[in-house]
Amino acid sequence: MLSRTAENLYWLARYVERAEYLARTIDATLRVTALPAAYIGKTNEWDSALLTAGISASFYETYQEANEQNVVEYLSFSPNNPSSIRNCIEAARLNARSVRTALTGEMWDTINSAWLELQQVWSKGAKSREELAKFLRFVQETSLRFDGSAYRTMLRNDAYWFSRLGVHLERADNTARILDVKYHVLLPEEEHVGGPLDFYQWTSILRSVSALTAYHWVYRETLKPWLIADLLILNDTLPRSLASCYGNLVRNLDQIGVAYGRQGPSQRHARGIRNRLEHSHMDDIFQHGVHEFIQEFIADNSRLGEIITKQYLL
Amino acid sequence: MAVAFDEMSGPGGDLRPAYQELSRWLKETPPEALEYRRQEAELLFRRIGITFAVYGDSEAQERLIPFDVIPRIISAKEWTVLEKGLKQRVRALNMFLRDIYHGRDILRAGIIPDDLIFQNPVFRPEMNGQDVPHDVYVHIAGIDIVRVDAENFIVLEDNARTPSGVSYMLENREIMMRLFPDLFARHRVAPVERYPDELLAALRSVAPLSASAEPTVALMTPGVYNSAYYEHSFLADKLGIELVEGRDLIVKNDEVFMRTTEGLKRVDVIYRRVDDDYLDPLTFRPDSALGVPGLMSAYAAGNITLANAVGTGIADDKAIYSYMPDVVKFYLGEEPILKNVPTWRCREPKDLSYVLDNLDELVVKEVHGSGGYGMLIGPAATKATIEAFRDKLKREPEGFIAQPTLALSTCPTCTASGLAPRHVDLRPFVLTGSKSVTIVPGGLTRVALKEGSLVVNSSQGGGTKDTWILDE
Repeated sequence: MLSRTAENLYWLARYVERAEYLARTIDATLRVTALPAAYIGKTNEWDSALLTAGISASFYETYQEANEQNVVEYLSFSPNNPSSIRNCIEAARLNARSVRTALTGEMWDTINSAWLELQQVWSKGAKSREELAKFLRFVQETSLRFDGSAYRTMLRNDAYWFSRLGVHLERADNTARILDVKYHVLLPEEEHVGGPLDFYQWTSILRSVSALTAYHWVYRETLKPWLIADLLILNDTLPRSLASCYGNLVRNLDQIGVAYGRQGPSQRHARGIRNRLEHSHMDDIFQHGVHEFIQEFIADNSRLGEIITKQYLL
Repeated sequence: MAVAFDEMSGPGGDLRPAYQELSRWLKETPPEALEYRRQEAELLFRRIGITFAVYGDSEAQERLIPFDVIPRIISAKEWTVLEKGLKQRVRALNMFLRDIYHGRDILRAGIIPDDLIFQNPVFRPEMNGQDVPHDVYVHIAGIDIVRVDAENFIVLEDNARTPSGVSYMLENREIMMRLFPDLFARHRVAPVERYPDELLAALRSVAPLSASAEPTVALMTPGVYNSAYYEHSFLADKLGIELVEGRDLIVKNDEVFMRTTEGLKRVDVIYRRVDDDYLDPLTFRPDSALGVPGLMSAYAAGNITLANAVGTGIADDKAIYSYMPDVVKFYLGEEPILKNVPTWRCREPKDLSYVLDNLDELVVKEVHGSGGYGMLIGPAATKATIEAFRDKLKREPEGFIAQPTLALSTCPTCTASGLAPRHVDLRPFVLTGSKSVTIVPGGLTRVALKEGSLVVNSSQGGGTKDTWILDE
């Protein structure tokens, strides 16, 4: 297939995944900030939301204060924020238009309908929290529909695999970024272990990767920070864990390699990261520093994006 | 201006045979039902994303072309004549282009003045002496046809560069079949769905000699921001070929390749929907980012077929248009089956003085204009506009032609106040391959939705209709 087509499919999937992640982040932050101050401590949760979205610097170019109104506006609708939900959906549709011929009718319909709906919401503005909540749900549903229609209607060929690469690379990045911002509340046996403050931070993290229920099913335990870290990093049964994303990345890259009859640097690089995740234990990770581990992962993951681009998308 | 010929009710108000069943059906169908179907059609267009962009209109970057649900009907007998005339005309266009870029017999015979060719900005000296595969220049032609009475089809314009609109011919039919199955059951409408197959066959047939037995065809688009992008992606999909942009292509050793995830792949035929000027920055506009550096040298080496060929603009230029009846006679030795609109060439002093004396009755067009822009419709224009045109004409007479204001035929059309006649034209699409010239029975009918308006262009508020050729 055309390199540009593969590139458009890959970015289309990334933008949809990112939009969903932003919606979840806003959702989780709204919940935790609705708690009385005594439960969440002094940290500014809206600031953390900006940090996990990786757009803190550009935010302060436009706004003074990271409060609910400003951050929600910036993350959801702002035309100035290149990765606002709105711009993600705009970019997703632009990519989709460029590769209409590689999409199934159902996928196009999902993206195009989301875009049409966005025009409506955008022109009216989500004025109340109820309207905002509805919009955030809609964005998450769009992502589910998009994934579902890809899964159910696409031919299992390179078009599908490149689109999956976009999903898992973006997802791994998102999970890693939450960990990067919140790692300090996950450290075991530090000064503020197990206080009520942390409990709500932990649920908030789990909620933003839709893993709160999953945690209980996997560990059958009350919330423990090191288990949360274990779930999000190493547990390959959780679809948003780093290990699970890398299992999928390796699988999809291998399928491309088999179809094209040759392996390359992206297959090797992805396998390297997956092997490291497979052979790691949380104890070692804590010992060597969660923060360092996560930062290294984020760099490795974005390096994989570059390698894929160079190998296939140019 | 004379009273327009109505294609349904005919000159004396006698219902014309081709429209009998439709007329009966319209009487049985309540207006609300029509309105409901109209809305349904609009929703379908919007959802499928059949939109076009209007340049310079940031408010509505993607607009729908209004679709009128009342079909326009042409009888089998009428179509037979039209088809023959269109094939004749397109054959002549191809022979004319071959001649202009080679021996130039027609100039030596004194039929067309030299300077009209050589001073013309759409003449491409790069094409002098260059052979194109199978001598086909215009693979896809969109010939604009109008009627003024029951007998004659008149050619308004030959579009020999990158004519658009065929996706509407196909999508309009799909949507009509979905919305009005009953109406179809009551008619025998010739199908148009073969078009993509015939187009692909024509494009493959003109592959260069150096191509493999299974030539690779690609459709080249300027990109998503182009006004006809939907059509480009639609056709690429229907033809099952790659939709490429300039940046997807690369020229190596005078061969054209596309960049794929598995490396470079040779391309043999490009159905290009990019204007000549933007094809190759090394030959044409150096500032163009849409093109492919070196494409023209691969073309000169005979390793790629461009459809349509480079330089076809000289055949559909409005200044050349007036010579078309002579062109047909010169190359084919036949009388032209389709008439031309009588045309005054403002470059000729006699014609100019006539035009200046009769501006309020004439349509004046820019020789190089298109899309209905930059034209004067005398009877509908204000005094000030007419005077402004008079100045333009005096300053640059060679830039204009003038024609009588035609009373374009009308068809019943849905309007806010019920069914009413509106002016229409017709653009059938003529395909030329290495062996044959073909036309699917149909075309794009454009309709001027404003009462009395003669401008059918979609960029200026025109709509479309499904065009039915009855099969007897």
